[in-house]
Amino acid sequence: MPEPFICHQGIAAILMRDNVDTDQIIPSREMKSVSRSGLGEGLFAGWRYTRPDSRQPEPGFVLNQPENAGASILVSGENFGCGSSREHAVWALQEFGFRVVIAKSFGEIFHGNCIRNGILPVSLPAATVDAIADGRPPIRVKVSLETQTLSVSDKPGSEVPFELGAYPKRLLLEGLDPIALTLSKQSEIESYLRQDAESRPWVYSAA
Amino acid sequence: MRIDFQATVSPGRTRLALMSWRGRAVDRDLYLTAKKIYHLRLEVVLSKTLFDKLWHAHRICAVEDGADLLAIDRLLLHERTGGVALKSLAENGYTVRDPSRVYAIMDHIVSFRSGRKRNEARSPGGEAFITETREMAIDAGIHLIDTDHDEQGIVHVVAPERGIVQPGFSIVCPDSHTCTLGAFGALAWGIGSSEAEHVMATGVLRATKPPQMRITIHGPLAEGCSAKDVALHLIAEHGAAGGKRCAIEFCGSAVNDLSIEGRLTLCNMAVEFAAYSAVIAPDEKVFSHMRQHGLEHVDHPLAQAHWHALRTEQDASFDHEIEIHAQEITPQISWGTSPEQSIPLAGTVPQDGASQALQYMGLKRGQPLRGLRVDGAFIGSCTNGRLSDLEQAASILKGRKVPAHVRAVCVPGSKSVRRQAEAMGLDLVFKQAGFEWGEPGCAMCFYAGGETFPPQARVVSSTNRNFEGRQGPGVRTHITSPAVVAACAVAGEICAPVDLRMPEKVSA
Repeated sequence: MPEPFICHQGIAAILMRDNVDTDQIIPSREMKSVSRSGLGEGLFAGWRYTRPDSRQPEPGFVLNQPENAGASILVSGENFGCGSSREHAVWALQEFGFRVVIAKSFGEIFHGNCIRNGILPVSLPAATVDAIADGRPPIRVKVSLETQTLSVSDKPGSEVPFELGAYPKRLLLEGLDPIALTLSKQSEIESYLRQDAESRPWVYSAA
Repeated sequence: MRIDFQATVSPGRTRLALMSWRGRAVDRDLYLTAKKIYHLRLEVVLSKTLFDKLWHAHRICAVEDGADLLAIDRLLLHERTGGVALKSLAENGYTVRDPSRVYAIMDHIVSFRSGRKRNEARSPGGEAFITETREMAIDAGIHLIDTDHDEQGIVHVVAPERGIVQPGFSIVCPDSHTCTLGAFGALAWGIGSSEAEHVMATGVLRATKPPQMRITIHGPLAEGCSAKDVALHLIAEHGAAGGKRCAIEFCGSAVNDLSIEGRLTLCNMAVEFAAYSAVIAPDEKVFSHMRQHGLEHVDHPLAQAHWHALRTEQDASFDHEIEIHAQEITPQISWGTSPEQSIPLAGTVPQDGASQALQYMGLKRGQPLRGLRVDGAFIGSCTNGRLSDLEQAASILKGRKVPAHVRAVCVPGSKSVRRQAEAMGLDLVFKQAGFEWGEPGCAMCFYAGGETFPPQARVVSSTNRNFEGRQGPGVRTHITSPAVVAACAVAGEICAPVDLRMPEKVSA
């Protein structure tokens, strides 16, 4: 189970593009085995390395810049994590060391995958994200999930609130195992299935 | 006791719809009973959307923090993201609660080479995804549609063919294009691998009900336009995030007029619009498709009653509404690296086009796309790899030939599509035109390592994503309809089917 997320402070790397898709976050060619691990090296491989077949760092890419070394917060534009449902994108971010992604909006499946893996997705208005991105690196950001607020460390008065549903918030705060939570509802599930088998019998015969 | 209402507040009036009472979703009888017992004085109306009904039919109970426990009727897995879910399930000591509801189908990494071997992958290291998923699927006792199975193909093509998706079903898959299956009036959405593991272990999912959007498409479609053009137009107009993570219902006369395959294409592209899911009310076209595929219970009175109720009521309200007049839509093609960067085929690259996309695609602002030399063409995928897609492409290819500088590939979406196409002689049309004719799978829709088009190659593709590197490092993808792909392939440049000269007579 992921470790609980309460608050986090770290360096924010700015990747200010819209529609950063999961193919960019972890190219399919970097998914080399049936596993959740070994993906950090392939994170943003298409942008991070000079050539697809090399591990030579591309100096212009944000994660290769010395001032962003050790970045644990990623800041991006609209619709971050759109595209393929591959949870590998989140596993790659996690293995690289990211704990928070701040974006103007998120792809729906990616957002859910973050929650399931202890990464906090923070959606903020476009102007707020742009203001964070405008700072001079290294940009230090502090995020508290408990109070649902975020601030830029050297900017007094920069504290902003962010929204997150009650259910994802609790999963993150407590690092809960949703399967165990659900299995505690066994009797409700059984009783639904008994009723449902009568009202929709065709669902219960496999095609 | 808990009574749930849904409130619709508008100037001058407030409507309350009774959603659940004593833990049950409300139908008319239950509503009348509730009204009688409690002398409800409120203006209570039953106005629910199709999505509300689907959600409530699967809602087992509310759980903490506003989430619901939803029963999942079917789970689809493929070797790319499903194998890891099966593995994690076993590692965590869980078993599959109901294996009869789970299907593993090989599609993502399988080779599309004609005459491929059983474990042959299209990318280095891909074989392990096939063999490990197969072994784990057998161990778990779930259905397996293996590479050498007669019905193998892309999950979203196979599911409707085999009756794995039916109206009113809840169906999920760790694949973003699962929204495709909403075309059958099903609650269908893409999930992550951990959620797939959750479904296997428990038979249910925890989910928070998303906001809803209705997209009404007034018909008819203009000549030469397809569902793909409607989808690209919609995304270009409202942006790739325009669906606002909503459950989308597509309706309107243009949607009613679409074939089942056209509806599957439209719903498929909803995820490129940032939708949570897409759904279309099931109608006689859906039922007759099911009859053709041998589903015997289609005319069962209980099933019919259930399915006929699967429609949005007149007064129901949505969080967002979009209306489109299909007559105004002309054939579309993407110019950039997001589906929102699409324009009419006859158009020019926008003056405000993003420079990163322009640079990647090797284009300039104001430049027409028509006449650009193409190096590759691909027809296939869960978006446009069905029989009618192949028929449309073949009608353009007949009697024409792809020039030597173009590599053209057609990969039918499933073995069933391939067999039907071959029975109609379409394979010969494709091959005579110079297309490779592949074995079913996702094929060149996405690059997974291995052989593909060379960097900077300009490729027209009937697929769903034109992301950077989607079809290979540096490959410049233009997504469009199968008919336009076929026309561009034979012209060797971007053009519309109407631009082609009459085919020369070819000897048989």
